[in-house]
Amino acid sequence: MSAVIGHEHDHDHDHAHGHEYHPGGLMRWVKTTNHKDIGTMYLWFSFVMFLTGGFMAMVIRAELFKPGMQIVNPEVFNQMTTLHGLIMVFGAIMPAFVGFANWLIPMQIGAPDMAFPRMNNWSFWLLPPAALLLIISLFVPGGAPGVGWTLYAPLTVQQGMGMDLTIFAVHILGMSSIMGSINIVTTILNLRAPGMTLMKMPLFVWTWLITAYLLIAVMPVFAGAVTMTLTDRHFGTHFFNAAGGGDPVLYQHIFWFFGHPEVYIIAIPAFGVVSQVIPAFSRKPLFGYTSMVYAVASIAILSFLVWAHHMYTTGLPVTAQLYYMYATMLIAVPTGVKVFNWVATMWKGSLTFETPMLFSLGFLFLFTIGGFSGLVLSIVPVDIQLQDTYYVVAHFHYVMVAGALFSAFAGIYFWLPKWTGHMYDETLGKVHFWLSFIFFNMIFFVQHFLGLAGMPRRVPDYAPQFTDFNMISSIGAFGFGLSQLLFLYVVIKTIRSHEPAPQKPWEGADSLEWTHLPTPAPYHSFVTPPTVK
Amino acid sequence: MSKKDENRGILVKMLVVTVVMFGFGYALVPLYKKICEVTGVNEVERANALPLNTQVDSTRVVTLELDANVRSDLPWKFRPLQSSVKVHPGQLVQVMYEVRNASDRPITGQAIPSYGPQVAGQFFRKQECFCFAKQTFAPGEVRQMPVVFVIDAGLPKDVTTITLSYTFFNVEGAAPTAAKPADGKAG
Repeated sequence: MSAVIGHEHDHDHDHAHGHEYHPGGLMRWVKTTNHKDIGTMYLWFSFVMFLTGGFMAMVIRAELFKPGMQIVNPEVFNQMTTLHGLIMVFGAIMPAFVGFANWLIPMQIGAPDMAFPRMNNWSFWLLPPAALLLIISLFVPGGAPGVGWTLYAPLTVQQGMGMDLTIFAVHILGMSSIMGSINIVTTILNLRAPGMTLMKMPLFVWTWLITAYLLIAVMPVFAGAVTMTLTDRHFGTHFFNAAGGGDPVLYQHIFWFFGHPEVYIIAIPAFGVVSQVIPAFSRKPLFGYTSMVYAVASIAILSFLVWAHHMYTTGLPVTAQLYYMYATMLIAVPTGVKVFNWVATMWKGSLTFETPMLFSLGFLFLFTIGGFSGLVLSIVPVDIQLQDTYYVVAHFHYVMVAGALFSAFAGIYFWLPKWTGHMYDETLGKVHFWLSFIFFNMIFFVQHFLGLAGMPRRVPDYAPQFTDFNMISSIGAFGFGLSQLLFLYVVIKTIRSHEPAPQKPWEGADSLEWTHLPTPAPYHSFVTPPTVK
Repeated sequence: MSKKDENRGILVKMLVVTVVMFGFGYALVPLYKKICEVTGVNEVERANALPLNTQVDSTRVVTLELDANVRSDLPWKFRPLQSSVKVHPGQLVQVMYEVRNASDRPITGQAIPSYGPQVAGQFFRKQECFCFAKQTFAPGEVRQMPVVFVIDAGLPKDVTTITLSYTFFNVEGAAPTAAKPADGKAG
């Protein structure tokens, strides 16, 4: 981990803050309350989790390379799908964007640090134990839960003790998210530099403000759902047990009341990153800033009103199905506003295509495909056909991987010079993009066809007619996985590089971290707040 | 310092929201039950309770007017408890009549129905009627007696009102019928 410390020498310049105690070595990271240190730890943690969850995806794709049972038994296959989902959502994507928030929000609003630095330290250090619980659950009797990342009752009530470890992991992850979110809301509302009005904030800050509110609103609901599962398992309650007067469908309602906003918790910060990158490489201000803010807010509000579109096949009344169908389609409107605004930002801009821009364009292109397949799935009669097929798998990987992950890559390449003080290798970055882009589509585009042909998801075996597409998908997956090792190499090479990066390597970048701070960003920035005109 | 207080203020508010939303998760449990109950979503529970009679023609309504008469030699008071009812053809309907023996001796009588229009008679299917048997009344006895019937769905479309009229005759001294109830109760 010490490879990350690209700016340790910066301490020496901070004699003005000599009253602060900076332990060295490992304790520096354990005790740190610095938003940049914590942001770095979040990003590395999420990358480790990304490789862990990615390894599980490799197991899944290896098993699905050809029909029949080859590598793992069905129980292990189910555990892999479950942990892959949980780890990628809660361990990789969410912490990655919290890492961005920690690094960037104070610098972009001209604050010295987050509002509650000690709580910030806690928010991060809750994550490794939670991740450990998830990993340990693989090795207890009965293994990890094989119930899918949605943790649906009644299956969760019948699992071994791995389920309890998972429930505790979810509780801890939830606490971490809530503490992080409270910190972000407080920082944004209270610590903005003079003149930095809400409507002058960079869009990335806006998206995180809204995401943090979403997290505070829905993480407790999920905590409640898993607590009910826990008491059903051990304390004789019957929330989800039909024999005791409960209802398993109730779990799905509570889960998706959390789960649908969760989708936007992942997507909205990705929108924020892309909204910083595209204007920078178009050398034009973001088109329709105000409408972007309102679009994000509308998406956030609508996300509370559409949850049962995940449950069309549970026997909803037709009236409810129609309501959820129309409400879901309505979300396409603010999302469309955002996509059109990004396109309009590029219109007649002086475009260049460095790696961050490539990943942003990949995001724009592939996220829109994922949005359209989502629109297809919102139609009740179509969804009843496609429910639990690979079409759904393709859809959400288009928005989660090509959406959120590509945007995170864009952000990392974009801010890596500011964070490390060194320029990354542009050629290798572009190679990383093209490998990721091609292999991603190889994995997931064919899965649309598999789903339309009726291949069910979460099953370790399949009918022989699906073999060809599955082989293509698996080869793509191995390629995609290996390409991410190239990314790791690029990042380490950047950290170890001796070539200093300029203060503002991107001509069109205009937020405070580029215009007001040197590169690399000093350990303590904006101790005296800048004045924003 | 005031900045710290402001931060703390937001922290407290957000913690309150967190606790409230945790409670909201639990509040969804009774809320869900109530919504299911009101909308009848979980209809599996009463699937067998109310079998729907597909013979009923709910698009038609026939007004049934009830009439009651007594021959002058019979000292009874005889009246329907409702003057008219609206019924769907095919629907099983029950109406009530009441008879009072105003004299101080036991008397036996029998009711004869008639229909207006006359054509309605063949579509008027009685399942249960006090007119099926002779009725014996103790002195001063009052009794309510039902008629249970179905109006056949084949009733001509132009018949929208049927008059059902009963007339009680004194059958004192006539030969007892096989259907005569032993204790005077309507069969």
